[in-house]
Amino acid sequence: MRLPDTLQYAVSALSRHRIRTVLILAAMSIGVASIVILTSLGQGAQRYVRGEFASLGTNLVIVFPGRKETTGGAPTMFIGETPRDLTLNDAQALKYHYAVRRVAPIFIGQAGVSYGGKEREVPILGSTTELLRVRHWRLSQGRFLPKGDINRATPVCVIGAKVKRELFGPENALGEWVRIGDRRFRVIGILASEGRSIGLDVQELAIIPAASAQMLFNTPSLFRILIEAKSRESVPAVISHVEQTIAERHQGEKDVTVITQDAVLATFDRILGALTMTVGGIAAISLVVAGILIMNIMLVSVSQRTAEIGLLKALGSPRKQITLLFLTEAFLLSAIGAVIGVAFGHAVSWLIGRAYPDLPLGAPLWAVVSSVVVAIGTGLLFAALPARRAARLDPVEALAHR
Amino acid sequence: MIELQQINRIFTVGDQQVHALDHVDLSIQSGEYLSIMGPSGSGKSTLLNIIGLLDRPTSGTYLLEQHNVTSMNDDTLAHTRRNKIGFVFQFFQLLPRLTALENVELPMVLEGIPPAERRQAATETLNTMGLGERLHHRPDQLSGGQRQRVAIARATIMKPAVILADEPTGNLDRHSGKDVIELLEQLNKTNMTLIIVTHDPEIGLRATRQIRMVDGRVMEDNHKR
Ligand SMILES: Nc1ncnc2c1ncn2[C@@H]1O[C@H](COP(=O)(O)OP(=O)(O)OP(=O)(O)O)[C@@H](O)[C@H]1O
Ligand SMILES: [Mg+2]
Repeated sequence: MRLPDTLQYAVSALSRHRIRTVLILAAMSIGVASIVILTSLGQGAQRYVRGEFASLGTNLVIVFPGRKETTGGAPTMFIGETPRDLTLNDAQALKYHYAVRRVAPIFIGQAGVSYGGKEREVPILGSTTELLRVRHWRLSQGRFLPKGDINRATPVCVIGAKVKRELFGPENALGEWVRIGDRRFRVIGILASEGRSIGLDVQELAIIPAASAQMLFNTPSLFRILIEAKSRESVPAVISHVEQTIAERHQGEKDVTVITQDAVLATFDRILGALTMTVGGIAAISLVVAGILIMNIMLVSVSQRTAEIGLLKALGSPRKQITLLFLTEAFLLSAIGAVIGVAFGHAVSWLIGRAYPDLPLGAPLWAVVSSVVVAIGTGLLFAALPARRAARLDPVEALAHR
Repeated sequence: MIELQQINRIFTVGDQQVHALDHVDLSIQSGEYLSIMGPSGSGKSTLLNIIGLLDRPTSGTYLLEQHNVTSMNDDTLAHTRRNKIGFVFQFFQLLPRLTALENVELPMVLEGIPPAERRQAATETLNTMGLGERLHHRPDQLSGGQRQRVAIARATIMKPAVILADEPTGNLDRHSGKDVIELLEQLNKTNMTLIIVTHDPEIGLRATRQIRMVDGRVMEDNHKR
């Protein structure tokens, strides 16, 4: 039998049972579409996170006080020894290396910010002028913390958009004096940026000079130090520079934890990648359901078409050919279903992309290809049993079937 | 051309054995016109199915054109059936979704003959059977006699050596039954061997050789003249 004839025979058999055919096509295409949609969402999330990280700052090295030892359970410190603080002087010392572009020490605390009888309890960041560039923030008004001696407690502050709104409303805030804790600060800038940074809502921040924060919170202990390396390649050099410098300053103890943007990003990437695979896999189960549906409907079809199969055998169709005819029907059902599913899935993820333009959606090619392959594979696999049953029918009995 | 030697066909139903064919010896020459008659259950259809390679004997030897077919595998049997044997059934066995032309083409489709060639052959065959006007009708748009003629066209399109007809008139009125028989006899005149199973003595007696079966055995074997 020629291939076009085989296809045409299968099509004519399928078109005899429209509802049945449409049902299977729907099951197959929904399965494939859900794989496309879910993996495209997963991929979107992954790209979104990558984008966010890029906007947080590039080639970032983050230094935490205290050593986080993950190997072995034994405490690394001797009894009676407390982890040394990271101080402003440590941050100063880290500046002097060819691969370091900027260093921004960060104090963090919580304090009430008040103006004209209104008070808001917000997170306070203490840092230097470098922070703006390291974090890729933008200002809507005024300027950022001034350059100059890192140890000078200038009484100025930069506030987030929401803090400005809640304390000042539509009025001008620049140049006004606010009270933060028990000190007074002059507002010199307002942040335009939105989103979150190191776990804080940027709109809800107040930023003051590092030395002021040190006095306000009455502690020399930094929350972290952010370092921007000159390039991606120089990140490892910065890390060893940090470890060395801190060890020198801390009597030989490398009592800091250094992480890189890349490491954090890689972790997120892994998690989201695994998540994408998982939801894709779960959606693939629906293809198995469609496969079982194909098997059932083919079994019904074989028993309804018993006389036809008997006739084919009487006309000289060998078993192989009858198997092939039924497998062709299954192939057509699953292949057409898969194609509809891919189109439908792309349409839906396009619509979602329109509704959430921030999400860079797009089903990965591997997901599209493997969903089609799995759809056709399960279709053929589950049709194998009915096809075999058809091929093995006894021609005399089959012909007697009415 | 057809040589049956000591053919047995035993059906086992539960723990009962039915001896449908009991040591049948039969030799049929090419171009013969043969009718098989006998009471219901005497094994006529079973014999025809074995001759047509749809069924295998439990024991015995069957030579078709000097080839031993008892030892053939499924592929070869199917191939032989496709090229050497044409079946005509009591219930026509036309595929309802196909037109008359497509039904007649079906054996050629299975054989892999190109569309143009088989279309022409099927059209010609249907024309000679007086169905030139009905090429694109579906079976449910045809009368019983017309359906059986389409079935005969299908059985002969591959120019088989033998036509096997199991009660071809069983579902037809007298008049169209006679038409169908005359059509089959015409084909027999072109040297196709014709074997008809029938309950109708009038039809059975037209054959040049008449076989009577009882209880799975050939009881009479009469040659005309
Ligand atoms: N598949 C089968 N299983 C069991 N017994 C069968 C089977 N086919 C035929 N038989 C038995 O074999 C015997 C011969 O059957 P067969 O169909 O050949 O008779 P027949 O002469 O064609 O009868 P009829 O004139 O009614 O068509 C019968 O006793 C029948 O019951
Ligand atoms: Mg019978």
